[in-house]
Amino acid sequence: MRKDIILHLSALLILFLLEILGIFSEYHQGNFARILVLAAYGVGYNILFGYTGLLSLGHALFFSAGLYASGLSIYHLDYNIEQSLFLGICISALISLIIGFLALRTIGVSFMIVTLMFSQIAYLSILYFGSITRGDEGFVIQQSSRVFLSMDLSNPKIRYYSALLIFSLCMLINLWIAKSPFGRVLVAIRENSDRALMLGYNVKLYKLFSIIISGTISGLAGACYGILFGYVGASFAAVSYSIFPLLWVLIGGAGTVLGPLIGAIFMFYLIDYASDITDAYMIIVGVALLFVTLFARRGIIGELRFRYYKWIS
Amino acid sequence: MKKNSKSNLSRRKLMKSIAAVGSISAMPGFVNYSQASSSAPIRIGFQVHRTGIGAAYGRWYDRTTQAAVKIINDSGGINGRPIEIISEDDGTDPKRGAEALEKFANQHNCDVAFGTLFSHVVIGSAPRAGELKLPYFVVSEGHHVASGMLNRYTLQPGITDVKSQVQAMAPFVKNNLGKKVTMVYPDFAFGHDHRDYFSAAFESQGGEIIAKVPIPPTESSFSKYFPKIPRDTEVLYHVMVGPAVLTFVKELGEFYGSKGPKLFGFIDSVEAVDLNTPGLEFLDGSYFWEGNPRYAQDNQTVHDQFYRTAVGVDKNGASVSDPKDVSTYAHMFGCWETLHIIKKGMEVSGYSDVKDRSKLIEAVESMKNMPLSQAHPQGAKIFNGKTHQTFGHQYISKMTNGKLVLAHTTSIEDTFYPDEVDYTKQSF
Repeated sequence: MRKDIILHLSALLILFLLEILGIFSEYHQGNFARILVLAAYGVGYNILFGYTGLLSLGHALFFSAGLYASGLSIYHLDYNIEQSLFLGICISALISLIIGFLALRTIGVSFMIVTLMFSQIAYLSILYFGSITRGDEGFVIQQSSRVFLSMDLSNPKIRYYSALLIFSLCMLINLWIAKSPFGRVLVAIRENSDRALMLGYNVKLYKLFSIIISGTISGLAGACYGILFGYVGASFAAVSYSIFPLLWVLIGGAGTVLGPLIGAIFMFYLIDYASDITDAYMIIVGVALLFVTLFARRGIIGELRFRYYKWIS
Repeated sequence: MKKNSKSNLSRRKLMKSIAAVGSISAMPGFVNYSQASSSAPIRIGFQVHRTGIGAAYGRWYDRTTQAAVKIINDSGGINGRPIEIISEDDGTDPKRGAEALEKFANQHNCDVAFGTLFSHVVIGSAPRAGELKLPYFVVSEGHHVASGMLNRYTLQPGITDVKSQVQAMAPFVKNNLGKKVTMVYPDFAFGHDHRDYFSAAFESQGGEIIAKVPIPPTESSFSKYFPKIPRDTEVLYHVMVGPAVLTFVKELGEFYGSKGPKLFGFIDSVEAVDLNTPGLEFLDGSYFWEGNPRYAQDNQTVHDQFYRTAVGVDKNGASVSDPKDVSTYAHMFGCWETLHIIKKGMEVSGYSDVKDRSKLIEAVESMKNMPLSQAHPQGAKIFNGKTHQTFGHQYISKMTNGKLVLAHTTSIEDTFYPDEVDYTKQSF
């Protein structure tokens, strides 16, 4: 238990030290700011997929709900960052509740398809209501609007620490869930939902809570992404942004707290370095993913836990 | 089974951790590149659509860029320094576009960035360009620059924008094709720009838009939309993009036969597509906007001839090495012209390194007339330094026997509209 907490806090400490000791170049500082926000999105996805065993193909809906709710409120209503962030979280929580209520009538492949369809509805709605959302082009959140408590969020250092703070918050929530009785019930549902039901747990309610937590964290990440990087666009609601968190979680380790972070770092730099070698970098990415799938089926952290460190959450 | 490791970190483990962090920091890219010396190449980050929906454009933007760089370098480069192009695929994705700019500025130490067509990539990347204080010359034709949405570091001096293109078409359509127009367009921002700007311009000319038929972006069959086109339509204005465009034209032909309204479209519908593709015969006799005439015309300028040869495009607008590889001729000239503008801007401002980026932007902002020349083979242009947008001639061609023949050239003044922003008032 203690080792586990030390490990996760150490990971956050390393991320903090990398910045404060100036080890990052400007390039990697910017990359890691982006990765940390996306990893927070991955954490949200992991709670539903990794812990509860529900494979969603429509999580871009929750990410974009937060992104657009906060972005549009700044763009059209001149909300400040605090208000827009709060709105982004509330809207994504509400949408998670509605989608969860409807989608949980299905299981397995049907659940995947239903979540995918809801996500596509959201994506096409963004395009359809182009006069409000600026459709596929999206819109810019101006630098002057991206100020939080007198701090300019476009400043690289402030942006990095903000991203780290958001990721830390999401990761610690994930860690708390993993260690809590609530989290253990989610894992029990993942492993055998019928048995969990027989033991007297309200499986549907637990799943609904899982979707709400997962969707809200994803929405928080979406809202922060728009605010920190200044752009809101429909491509973040497209199906590829539902697949990315799945990949990060699978590569890093489903049902592990650090998995989404490791997966996001791995994918980001795999593409980054492969694209320096060849224009056909997706072939390298594909082969690398194949190797990870073959030799680390549980993901990187999942494999470490399985083979060496059973205590990792 | 292995024993669980000890709960406390030993000194050895601590050293290992430090070594691991150290080795990560020594990886390629973690090292800051040294400042370029005055004899070093001018490094231009080229944000290119190599993958994704814009790949066909990216391929030709790349060829045009390489050709322009060769011409500039062969003639002495910029202030005696050669241009070095650092290409980065943006995947036609705004997030990756912004990452590419990050790489140009902070890893490759590029002097400026340029390239890319799709509006969402430009809009997603421009905020980062502003934060990085990296001059970002786009070749996008979107109205986003002149609309004031972006920032002082983003400029579009080498290609006209959609608002000016569309409004310049209105007089020709009304005077030559008909007064009652139905518009068919994709139901997203690109189509909405056409809908809004053309409607306004056409109605101000005394014409009438009698119907607007938006097509959802996921549509693959269009027959059900054609009955929405009123019978008294005199001109059908169409601007479709994407892989379904051939189906659109084919089904339109099947619907109307030889008795349909006159057709006016944007070449974007068939950019990089061989016009002799079976199914496109129906387009014969119809009119198209072209940013630059794809087919070499009888009155071809020596500058277009030079540019066409340098890029490797034949008189039909296809690659000289593969007649089936049709170019994106209506747009790609923007890369050529933008690189020449960067060269001129750097030479005028006495640019030496990244410290002079603001001087470069001021030099470009002060440009105005860009005459037809080897640097501007598409035609003369007038650059508006306040809005960071260039204005130029637009071409209307008629499809005749499977080829596009130039029918009308607009004046530059036809493309003007009131300024919507003054970027020069923004600080660096």
